[in-house]
Amino acid sequence: MTGTIPLQSFLVISTLMFFIGIYGFLTRKNLITMLMSIELILNSVNINFVAFNKYLYPQNLQGHFFTLIIIAIAAAEAAVAIAIIINIYRNFRSIDVDNVDELKF
Amino acid sequence: MNSDVMFYLLAGMILVFSVLTVTSRKILRAAVYLLFVLVSTAAIYFMLEYTFLAAVQLTVYAGGIVVLIIFSVLLTSHISEKAIMADTKQSLLSALAVCAGAILTLITIMKFAFVPSAEPAKTSTVTDVGNALISYDRDGFALPFEVISILLLAALIGAIIVARKEKDVDKNVIIK
Repeated sequence: MTGTIPLQSFLVISTLMFFIGIYGFLTRKNLITMLMSIELILNSVNINFVAFNKYLYPQNLQGHFFTLIIIAIAAAEAAVAIAIIINIYRNFRSIDVDNVDELKF
Repeated sequence: MNSDVMFYLLAGMILVFSVLTVTSRKILRAAVYLLFVLVSTAAIYFMLEYTFLAAVQLTVYAGGIVVLIIFSVLLTSHISEKAIMADTKQSLLSALAVCAGAILTLITIMKFAFVPSAEPAKTSTVTDVGNALISYDRDGFALPFEVISILLLAALIGAIIVARKEKDVDKNVIIK
């Protein structure tokens, strides 16, 4: 199915997606949009794992299972993060990182 | 030839919607753009013939996490509320750092000579995946599977405990 697409194309996409995620994480102020940037970063890592598995070690399925487990961890992480964000919203009436500075020394 | 066109279409979609996800002023729209990125990624998994993985990506990521994010957006902010963005100086510096990192990584990727393996690909049907997840020999993943199930249970209970309202604690404070 992959035809003549080189492995590098997948790596270029995942690199760009990773750094777009980092940019979002650095510039966003809202906690939920920062969480979305983290999802982008995790997703780019998944593409890397799957592409390496398919091109370099097709006789194994290690990258496949690594990705499967990363997806499960991302789901767990998102659930806990959103619980914490909702709790922060209850206490501060805002989820912008600039307003949540109670622990700041 | 046909799959090439499809791949570059998906790649363009992923990049455009990734940029929109991190730059959109409206949070709900950003969540929907994230959904498009995740669905395009699932399509790439389908192209690589990891169909089970693509199905999991669609159900867990696109079906689960994005819905969770949209619900939390609706719970915590007004629907037409616009996100506060970083000031120009911070955006410029972040863009500079990100571009430097991306260029360095891309140069390294292009320099490295990857040697694609000629071995026959192992199939990844649901039967293969299921057998690998419960077997404990060399190609088995029984231990990670059990660990991830405990992690999911812990995250489930933790999320409920963190997010519920604590009425009893407030009562105690008043009594004291």
